[in-house]
Amino acid sequence: MAVLAFLREKRLYVVLLILALAAPFLITDRYTFQIVIYGCLFSICTLSLNLILGYTGQASLAHAGFFGIGSYGVALMTKNGISFWLALPLSALLAALVGFLIGLPTLRTRGSYFAIATLCFGVIVSIVAGNWIQLTGGYSGVVGIPLPDPIPIPWIGSIGFQTMTAQYYLVLAFLLFSLLVMHRLVYSLLGLGFMAIRNNEVLAEAVGVNTFAGKVLSFVISNFFAGLAGGLYASLVGSISPSTASIEMTFNWLIWLLIGGVATLAGPIIGAFAIPLIMEHLQFLELYRMILFGVLLIVVIIYAPRGIMGAITDLQQKLRASYEQRREVKRASGG
Amino acid sequence: MLLEVEKLTKRFAGLMAVSDVSLNVREGEILAIVGPNGAGKSVLFGLISGLLKPTSGRIHLQGEEITGLKPHVIAAKGIARTFQTTALFDQLRVVDNLALGYRLRTTGGLWSTLVHNRRWQEDKDQATARVMETLGFIGLAEKAFHFVSTLSQAEQKRLSIGVALISQPKMILLDEPSGGLILEDTEEVTGLIKKIHQVAGITVCLIEHKMRMVMGLADRIVVLNFGRVIAEGPPEDIGNNPEVIEAYLGEKYVA
Amino acid sequence: MQLFLQQVFNGVMLGSTYAIVALGLTLVFGILHIPNFAHGHLYMLGAYLCFFFITLYGFGFWPAVIMSMIVLALIGIVVERLVYRPLRDKPHINSFIAAVGALVILENGVIALWGPQGQRIPNPYPGITELLGITMTYQRLLVIVAAIMLIVLFQIFIKKTTTGMTIEAVAQNPEGAALVGINVNRVSAITFAISTATAALAACLVAPIFMISPTMGALLGMKAFIIVILGGLGSIPGAILGGYILGLLEALGGGYLSAAYKDVYAFGALILILAIRPTGLFGREVS
Repeated sequence: MAVLAFLREKRLYVVLLILALAAPFLITDRYTFQIVIYGCLFSICTLSLNLILGYTGQASLAHAGFFGIGSYGVALMTKNGISFWLALPLSALLAALVGFLIGLPTLRTRGSYFAIATLCFGVIVSIVAGNWIQLTGGYSGVVGIPLPDPIPIPWIGSIGFQTMTAQYYLVLAFLLFSLLVMHRLVYSLLGLGFMAIRNNEVLAEAVGVNTFAGKVLSFVISNFFAGLAGGLYASLVGSISPSTASIEMTFNWLIWLLIGGVATLAGPIIGAFAIPLIMEHLQFLELYRMILFGVLLIVVIIYAPRGIMGAITDLQQKLRASYEQRREVKRASGG
Repeated sequence: MLLEVEKLTKRFAGLMAVSDVSLNVREGEILAIVGPNGAGKSVLFGLISGLLKPTSGRIHLQGEEITGLKPHVIAAKGIARTFQTTALFDQLRVVDNLALGYRLRTTGGLWSTLVHNRRWQEDKDQATARVMETLGFIGLAEKAFHFVSTLSQAEQKRLSIGVALISQPKMILLDEPSGGLILEDTEEVTGLIKKIHQVAGITVCLIEHKMRMVMGLADRIVVLNFGRVIAEGPPEDIGNNPEVIEAYLGEKYVA
Repeated sequence: MQLFLQQVFNGVMLGSTYAIVALGLTLVFGILHIPNFAHGHLYMLGAYLCFFFITLYGFGFWPAVIMSMIVLALIGIVVERLVYRPLRDKPHINSFIAAVGALVILENGVIALWGPQGQRIPNPYPGITELLGITMTYQRLLVIVAAIMLIVLFQIFIKKTTTGMTIEAVAQNPEGAALVGINVNRVSAITFAISTATAALAACLVAPIFMISPTMGALLGMKAFIIVILGGLGSIPGAILGGYILGLLEALGGGYLSAAYKDVYAFGALILILAIRPTGLFGREVS
């Protein structure tokens, strides 16, 4: 019975889940399907960026760099015969490890230094990817990356990933996994600790939160998922290049996250789907699209820093407050 | 002896904020630290709680040296504090603030958070119980799920004291707990401090300006001026101490 | 030996550029506490404006430089007013994000106006001289000379003029400065304008030596930040010294070690220094 009550409370999410699972049967057009797959993949990127930036309040601008480490990791490992299912977690762990090493010196200092250091790191990853020709193939990148190995299922055969439907479910599975992890992290004392670091670092220390350890943990987890998404991307798209790890990708995710709504779980997903979709329809603007992006970023951060989800929760609160006010008035007037 | 401060000095680029200060806090007492503005009282709290590193001197908590340790380590050892400008997590709700105060008493980490094991459940239950208890103690049960920004000044002060209390510290440092409050609210805060002392049995060390409040509350008073201790003793002695009177009111008031 | 001296000369020239750009940035970042990530892109815009005035209006080199400096100063004032001032009391992270927005607008704006390919500005001082076996082009010498003159002028400005001393006052204590009647907003605007104008100057002097492109400012902007952090926020001598050290490091490292990775050295230095001294080389403990 508890399950039924739970389901009733979260009916919106149940509906969304059903829609998500049924998507391959509902979407007929290949192009849209492709966009949906990318949307799911990049949602993992925005969700993970949200952890360090939205919840812990640290401006990491290196996200695409870790995505790139994950991509190149999977690309090089699978091309050398290692199974995707081993290469993926290894690459994600590599991204997390590098994040740890970079985070240690840079998270001890003030926020602006961390932001600049991560900005630089992101660019350095692109430069190294472009110049370490023996390893990465330089600016032409890596091509011919194999799809994920088929998963054998006893008695039935195996699930291959040649079809878009299979690829979609793969990405969806990882998205749901990321969502689960983020949900557990955020709705916990650990997550409260992250938000405390963001809100008032001095007070957080005074109440016993090890702020340095918290920042490093948040950064490492965030980069793990960035690497995970990168690895998935490499295998599904089949070819990558230094521009996969470009700073422009980070800026994209930043805008999607911001508009969708930082420090919420729905915001990053909304942003990752809605904004690229809108941008698709604005193709005719070409270059001016990016200029619009920049303007949007500035306008949103100044006037609507909590994005769409923030506006929705503000509205909900206003409605609730006015409802309670009216109830008070009624009660006072003996109605 | 709960806390021993030995010859503590803090220099800030040419300014001696705290100079050769020694004092003791006995277990179970209410000690008040008073003095004119700029006497170094908040800096002293900062040194004890780990926010600032002393230039020289030592601090011992129940015999264990805590000089120069990081604030979160000192908090875990049992020293809690409030801040002069009411410090709260203003982006969060009342219950979140209290839960954060309790957090250091929980044992779970990343693993238990991810897998929701028994330890996670125990932490959650204990935290919930303590939060409810503390809400009752500070009288904010009705505002439990409100955001901090919707609270009044007095309620915010009470909340910040609640956040310090909830982890059952050995000692609580209150930095001007009645700062900016009107008389009525000041009495409320005084009542709360007495409750902390008697009911919860926590040692209280407070910084205050309002002498009348301090006289009726403290067991002992330490007076600072220009970063130095100029007097120490029970309230009656301090009230008549000529140096103290001079420090506060100027020479001509010395009887 | 000759190679070494040649690289030293290149390093000094490169360092001069870095020093001027870092100087402008340390004013804004160190004094106004504005993390202007777009500084490198403003520098790039300065070069393009110079190109624009020369090719479209047929200006001579020096008039184009001056026009570029003026226009960029005005743009700097606009950026400070519209982008950074509304975020003055908000968490720093908001300013970083706004800076990213500004830089995206600048880079793509320039591409929209002049295309993504590189452009050439005619060299106003072609010609070479030789000293101690080092080949020095006049343009490169000009950069070095201009940098030294700018540095000297700057010191005079900060220490001797009222505006300069006002800026220092705001740097040391904004509330105190406001209390004595200093208009902090005006100081912010002026400081930003100086910062962008000097960036324009550096860009215009260097532009005839290399090609200009919409992405020329990105790496430079990052390096300027690294220099400012390592030299100490708000420290003009630190920015200048840091600029020359980096210039020499890159020229010598690029010449003897690896040219492809020369941009990485600065970053490596940053991580190393931060690991040892989290407050930066000459930073102060934030109390």
